[in-house]
Amino acid sequence: MSSDTQKILSTDGIPLEESLKKAEKKNKIKAFLLVTPLLLFLIITYIIPIADMFSRSIDDKMVTNMLPKTYKAMEQWDGKELPPEEVFEAFYLDYKILVKNKTAGRLQTQLNYEKNGFKSVLKKLARKQKKFEEGNYKEQIMKVHKRWRNVDYWRAIKRRAPAYTYSKYLKGVDMYSNEEGKIVQVSEDRRIHRILWSRTLEVAFFVTLFCFLMAYPIAHLLATLPMKYSNLLMICVLLPFWTSLLVRTASWMILLQQQGLVNDFFVWIGLVGDDNRPEMMYNKTGTYVAMTQILLPFMVLPLYSVMKTISPSLMRAGKSLGATPGVAFFKIYFPLTIPGIGAGCLLVFILAIGYYITPALVGGASGTLISNQIAYHMKSTLDWSFASAMGLMLLTGVLVIYWIYNKLVGVDNIKLG
Amino acid sequence: MALPKYTEPHYRIWHYFYLFICGCVFFFLIAPLFVIFPLSFNAEEFLVFTDGMKRLDPDAFSMRWYKDMVYGTKNPWGLAAKNSFIIAIFATIGSIILGTLAALGLSSRHMPYKGLIMATLISPMIVPLIISGVAIFFFMAKVGLAATHLGIILAHIILGTPFVVITVTATLSGFDHSITRAASSLGSNPFNTFMKITLPLILPGVISGGLFAFVTSFDEVVVVLFLAGLDNTTIPVQMWTGLREQLSPTILAVATCLIVLSILILLTAELLRRRSERLRGINR
Repeated sequence: MSSDTQKILSTDGIPLEESLKKAEKKNKIKAFLLVTPLLLFLIITYIIPIADMFSRSIDDKMVTNMLPKTYKAMEQWDGKELPPEEVFEAFYLDYKILVKNKTAGRLQTQLNYEKNGFKSVLKKLARKQKKFEEGNYKEQIMKVHKRWRNVDYWRAIKRRAPAYTYSKYLKGVDMYSNEEGKIVQVSEDRRIHRILWSRTLEVAFFVTLFCFLMAYPIAHLLATLPMKYSNLLMICVLLPFWTSLLVRTASWMILLQQQGLVNDFFVWIGLVGDDNRPEMMYNKTGTYVAMTQILLPFMVLPLYSVMKTISPSLMRAGKSLGATPGVAFFKIYFPLTIPGIGAGCLLVFILAIGYYITPALVGGASGTLISNQIAYHMKSTLDWSFASAMGLMLLTGVLVIYWIYNKLVGVDNIKLG
Repeated sequence: MALPKYTEPHYRIWHYFYLFICGCVFFFLIAPLFVIFPLSFNAEEFLVFTDGMKRLDPDAFSMRWYKDMVYGTKNPWGLAAKNSFIIAIFATIGSIILGTLAALGLSSRHMPYKGLIMATLISPMIVPLIISGVAIFFFMAKVGLAATHLGIILAHIILGTPFVVITVTATLSGFDHSITRAASSLGSNPFNTFMKITLPLILPGVISGGLFAFVTSFDEVVVVLFLAGLDNTTIPVQMWTGLREQLSPTILAVATCLIVLSILILLTAELLRRRSERLRGINR
């Protein structure tokens, strides 16, 4: 074909290339329009609220909004010595309004977080400020309580000036910024969150490991058995998969209780004495056993779908070339199943790391995980910003794993049943 | 899986050991579910096998807890079951509509940013439920839908659509697009083509995705715990409170009903899967 050929025209005289491009564009828009309703729905009701958790977790406007004049006056103050008269006056005016609106209690609680003993000092000021005379507020305030002469208390107020804080994230790893503004660890006996994080990772890791060790043989059996047997056995995997999580947790609660069947069995075979039945629920053992059984199908299904595609002739070929069954397995079969292992392990790990219901019911105090702590702060202490911060820290971890998963197997390769 | 005759003894032992391990794992998977059955017919109030039950004495068994489940005084299960079904049915319908549309768009080869959009649409399945619960609760509280049926239904649509998207996309991956082109070249409009050609072919995928969405909603407790008020309590929430306070045999009666329900769902899903494979000409 020569280079100066005319452009091919379609029937209506438009160059074919152009009309094809137009059609492609139209198709693109059509495809996108089909996805739009769900995408918009998810963005509004799900993605934005998750992002909103971030602004909630760093939000610290409460104190800032309660003491607007004080913080304006404090801008000039360097924090080395007691603040000047203007700061005292501004603080008196701000606080007066709070007392009048009956919202001073919230300020007292918040500032008490910064400096222990602040609450009583502020309460006393709330009572005395009614009799204040105009002018020379510094003297009058300092007369109410001697702690107002201590510059630490003023520094504590100043620390809450920024509208945003990352202190909730520090609290999530048992750290805080001290009075000099340095980031330090909380005292050893109060480091509860780090224990929870490491326990969550530990439980997720071991549950994944147990699931893998148990799922591999049965997935192999299911993949190699003739169809009519494997279909029947598949039900053993799928029935728990379809059964309510709470039903399965309930059955473990019955089995693992002190008078339960598992303990009966141990007594019967003589492993433990009848009067010495071990506590298997409300601790880590309960969490491990129940979570392993509940998450096992999520490991079996990806492994099975990969093993199903491996031709049995490969193993036969290996053996005919002189490999022992063990060598043939580790050199041929096992490497071929690695995609399935990756998929199953990551899936189980992701699910285990965010588990809530089962640990809460069978875990007791020593078997609860980070999710339980988030729920506790949402429902009991109502420290929603801390719950958001912890949630986002957990989410970051999960998204990293999800990203790896996506790189390794691709989300569109997830198979269900 | 019979072994060939020439198998050496130690491999033979190894093989039986392997079968034994598999048997144990299958037992571990399935046995816990069947503990619930006999105990739910217990005549006593305890959650252990009584001596009478071990002797299979008919007096040791009774329908007492099933009666309590249905007729018991102040019993919460009736309302909970009604709520659970209403919420699950509407959530399933919503998930099916939104999910199927999105799957149709996603499996078009013209779809831009396919990977990113797919990852976004699947995310509710991956993000830990507790985080979804917190985020959805903040949203519903802000728009005033907390403690309403509508709020819970919307939340369950969020959690259910990924399953529909996945199953329908999987069904569409074997879909022959020339059939729809043939239909349009014969003068059918896109809507008719979808209703008469595409939908019947992808129906097994749609229904099995719908089943997943239904089960997700029906079994979901974390998000409902955040969202539900007293009037919106569902079966899982009732079970959760029951299990936390004290394990009563009535819960086991409910659990038995749920297991029967899940057997029915499993059978439907299996039948659909086979039909779908037959329709798409996959014979394995």
